[in-house]
Amino acid sequence: MSSNFGGKRAVVTEDAAGRRVRGGSGADTPPPLRPRRRGIGWAQRLEIAALSGPAILMFVGFVIFPVLLAAYYGFYRWKGFGVPTNFVGLDNYVTILQDSSFHEALQHNGLIVVLSILLQGPVAVGLALLLNQRLRGQSIIRVLIFVPYVISEVIVGTAWSLMLQTNGAVNDALKSIGLGSLSEDWLANPKLAIWTLMLILTWKYVGFAVILFLAGMQNIPEELSEAAAVDGASYWQTQRRITLPLLAPTIRIWAFLSIIGALQLFDLVYIIWGQYVASTAGTSTMATYMVTEGRNAGNYGYGNAVAVVLFAISFVIALVYQRFVLRRDTQGALTEGQ
Amino acid sequence: MAKPGKDSGWGNPIVYVAALLLIGLMLGPVLYIILGGFRTNSQITVDPAGLPHPWEFGNYTDVLTSETFWRQVGNSTIVAVATTVGVVVLGVMASYVLARYRFRGRGAMYALFAAGLMFPVTVAITPLYILVKNLGLVNTLPGVILPQIAFGLPTTIIILVPFLQAIPKEIEEAAAIDRCSRLGFFWRMVLPLSVPGLITVGILAFIGSWNSYLLPLFILNNQDTFTLPLGVQAFASQYSVDTAKVLAFTSLSMIPALVFFSLFERRIVGGLTGAVKG
Repeated sequence: MSSNFGGKRAVVTEDAAGRRVRGGSGADTPPPLRPRRRGIGWAQRLEIAALSGPAILMFVGFVIFPVLLAAYYGFYRWKGFGVPTNFVGLDNYVTILQDSSFHEALQHNGLIVVLSILLQGPVAVGLALLLNQRLRGQSIIRVLIFVPYVISEVIVGTAWSLMLQTNGAVNDALKSIGLGSLSEDWLANPKLAIWTLMLILTWKYVGFAVILFLAGMQNIPEELSEAAAVDGASYWQTQRRITLPLLAPTIRIWAFLSIIGALQLFDLVYIIWGQYVASTAGTSTMATYMVTEGRNAGNYGYGNAVAVVLFAISFVIALVYQRFVLRRDTQGALTEGQ
Repeated sequence: MAKPGKDSGWGNPIVYVAALLLIGLMLGPVLYIILGGFRTNSQITVDPAGLPHPWEFGNYTDVLTSETFWRQVGNSTIVAVATTVGVVVLGVMASYVLARYRFRGRGAMYALFAAGLMFPVTVAITPLYILVKNLGLVNTLPGVILPQIAFGLPTTIIILVPFLQAIPKEIEEAAAIDRCSRLGFFWRMVLPLSVPGLITVGILAFIGSWNSYLLPLFILNNQDTFTLPLGVQAFASQYSVDTAKVLAFTSLSMIPALVFFSLFERRIVGGLTGAVKG
């Protein structure tokens, strides 16, 4: 059943890719003749509008429009009531770029982006290799390691902040196995807090990476490793020369999702550290800065300007990554229409 | 997924030890929440990492008999169900157009939704709050539902388009010969055939909504409209000394997402990996 389904999908992707390539070449050479290309009638146009209209309206109204609004409000000093009148030009942006707490938040975000990939990537590849071996009960293990990903950030944050208190379960467990000297103030110590955060992030999101990598590995034809075994390759040689290179596209796409997620990190930090502690503990992010300085302080104009900065940074990074890293793998989503 | 004919042996025992260790690490905190709810506060204070001894059921029954908890369950359910229905209905209609119609602007439309995938609700939350406020929907559940539908569309469409493209052309031609219009084809053939895909995107939307925090945090300021994530946080700060009850509340609030996930795990994982590869 499921293999049948996979087969169907593979055909489709090929089909879609073929079409895309055709569309791409059509830009600079005359489009190849297409059968049944007679233009579409008004009835079809109506169908297209009726079917896709509601989704487009919702999407433009609640996703695109707010982003444009942010760009507009970002030029005002505004408390969120009535029509903004106090136009301040680029003042908000100047303030953001000069504010040392924004610099700190930006640095934390940068660190989280890099550490997420460096910590979760190797761990997830290792775990996926482990689970890709002959193993009874593989499917139940797959379900169980995915559990942290499914639980809400609020629950994860609440549970971990209880466990990581100085007199909490983690320090207690360390003491009971004779490692009491390792107990720490995990959450408040500014040297440690960001690493604590990385640990929690790894715990919560590594399951997602493992599942992706496992799916990627299981798409690699088994004949390849069998052929390598016939040629006398060891297990590790096979993984290094065959599995990892063929897994690279999956890893690159995972890294992209991880980067975007890390740039926008909000929930866990805000729940565990709260708006005041996050900056002193050294775990504030651009998003927590935006909420603290914007909405919580009642400075909506400023908050919108921060949103624009956050959006611009994410967008530039997404575009650069698409262009230079993902280009080889797929026609990227952002470049699809061009 | 399983490799036929190779599952006869048990494989390397070290693999099992490592797998068990991994499961312990992943489930430890979850068990801590569930078991902690069965302890008393003095047990937790004296021995934070211990097991319930004796088992205490009062925390769970207190939560289960509290009006606040059930009101929040109700709010979360309304929001999640409405979001799911909205995302699936709007998503499948738009996906059908993208999958089976050829028209100018199709690529741009696909790119529009695909680009939405890159930007979760965080970047838009401040202006979104103002928009919802101007619509008079602050402190109402539709104020959360409508934006959630919009932000759920990209994932839904990215997953559904290849799914709908996979429906063989022959079926459509056969339907046309039987004088079935394109819309009739959509209604009578496409929808029934795409039920598995609809379930995948529906569950993803449901779990996403059930767990969502940032949007309700902005939109819902009135205790009566709180969804469970806000409720958990409010409860945790209100009863910060009553750790056991906080744990009981927390573990009860994660049940629906866990149940839905374990029932439909295969579809969810298939959908997610399909979306990433697609």
